[in-house]
Amino acid sequence: MNFAILQFPASNCDQDAVHVVRHVLGHSAQMIWHKESSLGEPDAVIVPGGFSYGDYLRTGAIAQFSPVMQALRGYAEAGGLVLGICNGFQILCEAGLLPGALIRNRSLQFRCEQVFLKTISRDSPFTCKVPADKTLKIPVAHGDGCYYADAPTIARMEEKQQILWRYSTEQGEVSGMASPNGSVGNIAGVCNESRNVAGLMPHPERASEAILGSEDGRLLFESMIDWLQRRKPACATP
Amino acid sequence: MTEPRITPELVQKHNLTPEEYEKILGILGREPNYTELGVFSVMWSEHCSYKNTRPLLKTFPTKSPKILVGAGEENAGIIDIGDGLAIAFKIESHNHPSAVEPFQGAATGVGGIIRDIFTMGARPVCAVNSLRFGPITQAPSKSSGVTAEIANNRRLLSGVVGGIAHYGNCFGIPTIGGEVYFDPCYEGNPLVNAFCLGVLRHDQIARGSATGVGNPVFYVGPATGRDGLAGAAFASQDLTDESAQQQRGAVQVGDPFMEKLVCEACLELLATGAVAGMQDMGAAGLTCSTCETAARADTGIEIELDKVPQRGPGMTPYEIMLSESQERMLVIVHKGREEEVKRIFDKWDLPWSEIGTVTDSGRMVVKHGGTVVVDLPARQLADDAPVYHREAREPAYLAGVRAFSLATVPDLTDPREALSRLLAWPSIASKNWVFRQYDHMVRNGSVVCPGSDAAVIRIKHDSVPPVPGQPPQALAQDKLIAVSVDCNATYVYLDPYEGSKIAVAEAARNLACSGAVPLGTTDNLNFGNPHNPEIFHQLAESVRGLSEACRVFRAPVTGGNVSLYNQNPNGAIDPTPTIAMVGQIEREEHITTQWFKEDGDAILLLGAPVDGSDPMLGLGGSAFLKVAHGTKSGTPPRCDLEKEKQLHEALLALIYSGEIKSAHDCSDGGLAVALAECCFSHQKARDTFQLTGASVDLSSVSDLRLDALLFGESQGRVLVSVSALNAVKVIERARILGVAALNLGITGGTALNIRTGTGEWSWDLRELHRLWWNAIAEAMRI
Repeated sequence: MNFAILQFPASNCDQDAVHVVRHVLGHSAQMIWHKESSLGEPDAVIVPGGFSYGDYLRTGAIAQFSPVMQALRGYAEAGGLVLGICNGFQILCEAGLLPGALIRNRSLQFRCEQVFLKTISRDSPFTCKVPADKTLKIPVAHGDGCYYADAPTIARMEEKQQILWRYSTEQGEVSGMASPNGSVGNIAGVCNESRNVAGLMPHPERASEAILGSEDGRLLFESMIDWLQRRKPACATP
Repeated sequence: MTEPRITPELVQKHNLTPEEYEKILGILGREPNYTELGVFSVMWSEHCSYKNTRPLLKTFPTKSPKILVGAGEENAGIIDIGDGLAIAFKIESHNHPSAVEPFQGAATGVGGIIRDIFTMGARPVCAVNSLRFGPITQAPSKSSGVTAEIANNRRLLSGVVGGIAHYGNCFGIPTIGGEVYFDPCYEGNPLVNAFCLGVLRHDQIARGSATGVGNPVFYVGPATGRDGLAGAAFASQDLTDESAQQQRGAVQVGDPFMEKLVCEACLELLATGAVAGMQDMGAAGLTCSTCETAARADTGIEIELDKVPQRGPGMTPYEIMLSESQERMLVIVHKGREEEVKRIFDKWDLPWSEIGTVTDSGRMVVKHGGTVVVDLPARQLADDAPVYHREAREPAYLAGVRAFSLATVPDLTDPREALSRLLAWPSIASKNWVFRQYDHMVRNGSVVCPGSDAAVIRIKHDSVPPVPGQPPQALAQDKLIAVSVDCNATYVYLDPYEGSKIAVAEAARNLACSGAVPLGTTDNLNFGNPHNPEIFHQLAESVRGLSEACRVFRAPVTGGNVSLYNQNPNGAIDPTPTIAMVGQIEREEHITTQWFKEDGDAILLLGAPVDGSDPMLGLGGSAFLKVAHGTKSGTPPRCDLEKEKQLHEALLALIYSGEIKSAHDCSDGGLAVALAECCFSHQKARDTFQLTGASVDLSSVSDLRLDALLFGESQGRVLVSVSALNAVKVIERARILGVAALNLGITGGTALNIRTGTGEWSWDLRELHRLWWNAIAEAMRI
């Protein structure tokens, strides 16, 4: 598979995403500079974490105007797989490709720690390989990770099973203490209605090798690869 | 515009002595103008010239076959780590700015040290810091309520940690470890020492030299403003209310986003081979970078200030030359390759300007509006600062320290409360409130995160700067680097020589506990005003101890930083020679962490339980005396360097043999605190901890005070856990390796149980852990 990894000024998890795709998963990864107007022909796109444009104005607010985002919009509308991680999730929300918004952590402080995630819907290209009842141990590192959407939006998302992950305890209990940021309903990650665009605050690319303390994050990438392999002929030429 | 006339008052205001001014007149053969006076004042400040410490620093061991760039040669030292790879690292202080404006002061401290590393051509891959503040909790003896001092100390801690997090997280460098101490001596004088480590191939080493006569000189980065005017000079004087008020403008404002762009652009640029030399504009900004690069290359440099990007109109040459605006670099480019440089700076949307050329005149010439405003000999300016051999006199307080006897301290009968209080004491308590604010995992290399004796980072293919025309290649083998930063300044205060040896020994011991062999050291000497002979004595004795210890552990000093004048009207800080030591771990399976791994393992103590030759039995300067008796006195523990080295080598041999499941050194708070930490310091995830109980029998150690046995801080001790089946074998091997070893007990259960010759006590682990884990967060909740 061929992954495109967007690179904004001060993306800083771009290399980590490339590392995992290339050296852990053995697939190919191409860095796409934000000034490009074409993505090439990738099988999937990752919008990596970082502090695009220094998080000035609002996290992800400036990046959505980069030329590459126009191409990304077209790609997503055509059904291409897009995963936004951390700042990438914030960018996708700002760009309107995902519902909701990410606001300052309730603690008003940056939080970097391992958290547990309960997978809420396994019916998506990003979760299809996650075993039922397995909580995922994946770290967060963000200052603005508190997910917010108004009640009708949340209700609609729940109905359409767009909530993919919630913060939980190790045993899978979705409790307030388990959330590092105070997100509505402990939401850690969501997808769009067509289920081809997803974003999450935790960093699966930091939890893909045993030496770093967890391999649970690999399940997300392996889900995408598995889904693409099954669907590949169908979306060869959009 | 008329410039001020040079008067004795003006010279004094620039912190230059009449003798120093005479020397300037001698060098120039004329009177300097106002801008030139400013240039001399910053270049000859302690911060840039080490004029008070140079003779001492020369005594440090600085050589080893692995050192590729040594101390004092460049912006940071570089050490070989095998397979053509190398690491560059350095520690630097930002104490004064952080005292005045903690958030920006600390943030720009991080920015400055990161620039020192990528200036060498290395990709910055991890950061560490050492922080010290006044107390953040009320002494129990005092009345309730929070004093203004404590509120201010909390404000400083919160601001400094926030500033480090802001800069490091946005830049994308993992802050993987550090230390935080609280002591009244740092009230009003916080210490912020920031360390950065980068990686490069041997052939990627960049030099800060203005080589090649006729080569163009580029300025890249944001425009120059009036912020940070003469920060180096500010850092080289005592901190008073008045100076803090006046110098608020000397604190720079950091922009980590800009730094990230400048770093990526510089690494990309270096890979093209178009760069002849590069230096960051740190302390003393444009002044230091131009004259030092010319001095190193034995060339001259000529720049035009009209071409320097400026934030506002009307800046004088004095202001432009002395500004310390952040994130700026000076790049000397091979003539004819200017277009490549411009293309890369434009790609990263960075402001740049060609501001001058390299000459063969040996002079630093600065023009403004067509006229020459500075014309000085570059080498003499950079290298010929006066050198002072200051007077040293043993501090009067040391007599009282030596006279202090344990006979005046009643022994404990029940240690339960003391252990609880020690674990909740902010200097010992968990620093999670601090490190959870730092992104300590970005770059996918953090193998041992904050919370163990040493942090361990993995060096992989993308830790190395790019090679032109080549996709990043997997390395022959990933490398593992361990970093520890240490200094118990109370020991150094009570015995500058012995205490400084301990600072080095503890850093080396922490590396050994993680499975690493030392490669080198970077030191940050934080002291008071060196004009005071008692302070200078502390400095000289400290350097003697550091040198001796670095020699024994074969951890040569590759560079560092001196921060003097850390005092305010209430007095000087305790002498604080912060030691950051870097080591290498040969194989992944040798990585060792401090916490117990599972129930049923044997707990062994390597090293003698107590140093019987120490009249204070390890309690001098101990955390226990401070917490339980409110006393900061007594001669500190002795440090037998040869014995210590033997311990580290034995521990490493045992780790290599695969028998050690955990290793933790005994330091602040002694054996009981170390045991408790082994039981509960493993955080699996948010709000999820691994608690492993322990039952320990110390009754075989007889005839010893209970407080000394449990809380004494004798050096040269490490707690390890091994599979119970291997206990006898490991003890035997340790003895063969020349190290005492004692089987203390077994892991398991939900309590810490300790039995001694005089009694038996039990602590509930959850409760102990709660005290230890939450102490700082509770203090900071305000």
